[in-house]
Amino acid sequence: MDTFTFKRAASVAEAVAAATAGVDAKFLAGGQTLLPVMKQGLAAPSDLVSLARVAAMQGIGVNGGMISIGAMMRHADVAAHGEIKALLPALSVLAGGIADPHVRNRGTIGGSLANNDPAADYPAAVLGLGATVVTDRRRIAADDFFQGMFTTALEAGELITRVEFPVPERAGYIKFPHPASRYALVGVMASKSAQGVRVAVTGAGACVFRATALEQALAKSFTPGALDGVAVGADDLTSDRAGSASYRAHLITVLAKRAVARALEVRS
Amino acid sequence: MTELSMTVNGVVRRAAAAPTVLLSTFLRESLKLTGTHVGCDTSQCGACTVIVDGRSIKSCTMLAVEADGAAITTIEGVAKSDGTLHPVQEAFRAHHALQCGFCTPGMVMASVALLAHTPNPTDAQVRHGLEGNMCRCTGYQNIVDAVLAASQSMKGA
Repeated sequence: MDTFTFKRAASVAEAVAAATAGVDAKFLAGGQTLLPVMKQGLAAPSDLVSLARVAAMQGIGVNGGMISIGAMMRHADVAAHGEIKALLPALSVLAGGIADPHVRNRGTIGGSLANNDPAADYPAAVLGLGATVVTDRRRIAADDFFQGMFTTALEAGELITRVEFPVPERAGYIKFPHPASRYALVGVMASKSAQGVRVAVTGAGACVFRATALEQALAKSFTPGALDGVAVGADDLTSDRAGSASYRAHLITVLAKRAVARALEVRS
Repeated sequence: MTELSMTVNGVVRRAAAAPTVLLSTFLRESLKLTGTHVGCDTSQCGACTVIVDGRSIKSCTMLAVEADGAAITTIEGVAKSDGTLHPVQEAFRAHHALQCGFCTPGMVMASVALLAHTPNPTDAQVRHGLEGNMCRCTGYQNIVDAVLAASQSMKGA
């Protein structure tokens, strides 16, 4: 990979300052996407700002009906966390199904969200659970955060510090993993809370999105049967050698039913 | 170049490295610990798996500088100093869990890490736990058998 200046930040302010000072600086969280991309020559940042020692980006806190996860928490941390297992098992399941154990030991929730891969799991959790992305300068609602393929509302030098998940009444996540990469061919997070029903779909299009037809059907009755005959259009979905757009469209309803069934199995 | 210091297999090791140097390269070329294999170099095959501060990671996808100050175990560090094999290594031999052997260092390290947090895994847990490690020879069955056998033999240890 091309050379870069390595900087280690001790605080959020230091990280943002270091990133802003660089010509083309990037934050280094777990590096599980950034380092492979740099090795391929697809990215060549001038500076890498390591976030490993930023205390404010660590830790998982539960306060009332809110779970606050530090942006540097590894997927394995989220998957194994006792209170998350008890309060929001759909999130543990999702985190424990990302990639493989070694990647889960390095990859972080903040890194995954900032990257916004079209087939990543965490965007479905954030959008499907109505989470809030907290940065060094503001709070961004899930509905405003994801803007397109590898594109988010983050400004240059803006750093995700934490992610806040409201605990829903019920939630379930099901993914149909690509057999080799374990990325979602399609993944669906369905949840029900006082704010309503949310169904978020990853893997199927250029960016995670809410399946409004499914949400409307589930708002009447949060049961798998409510989705009988409810189809999702294939027009804007992805076609590749792993599956056509119409195949993915079909999978969305199938997986949404399973996600609702799982949500009803366990209190979440 | 930055002077790095890490405890590798119980011994403090120091060497200088440029920021671009991967942990796999640092282990193999600076510390001459060539038991850690580099297979795909794209974070997929798991041959380069080592344990950093108690967690299995792919050393081709971590900068050496990020491991500064860490405690690392590589395949060279799992057997006892008198040469007695680790129960996982012994089980791999007994169950013919390797053929060409290229993936084996990573498989053993992944299995050691798996058994550390899941001492009594089911067949399905072993397969899920080894998802990050590819073997192109064995078809995995004997590897799973070996890990299950190691979990039994480690109970008495």
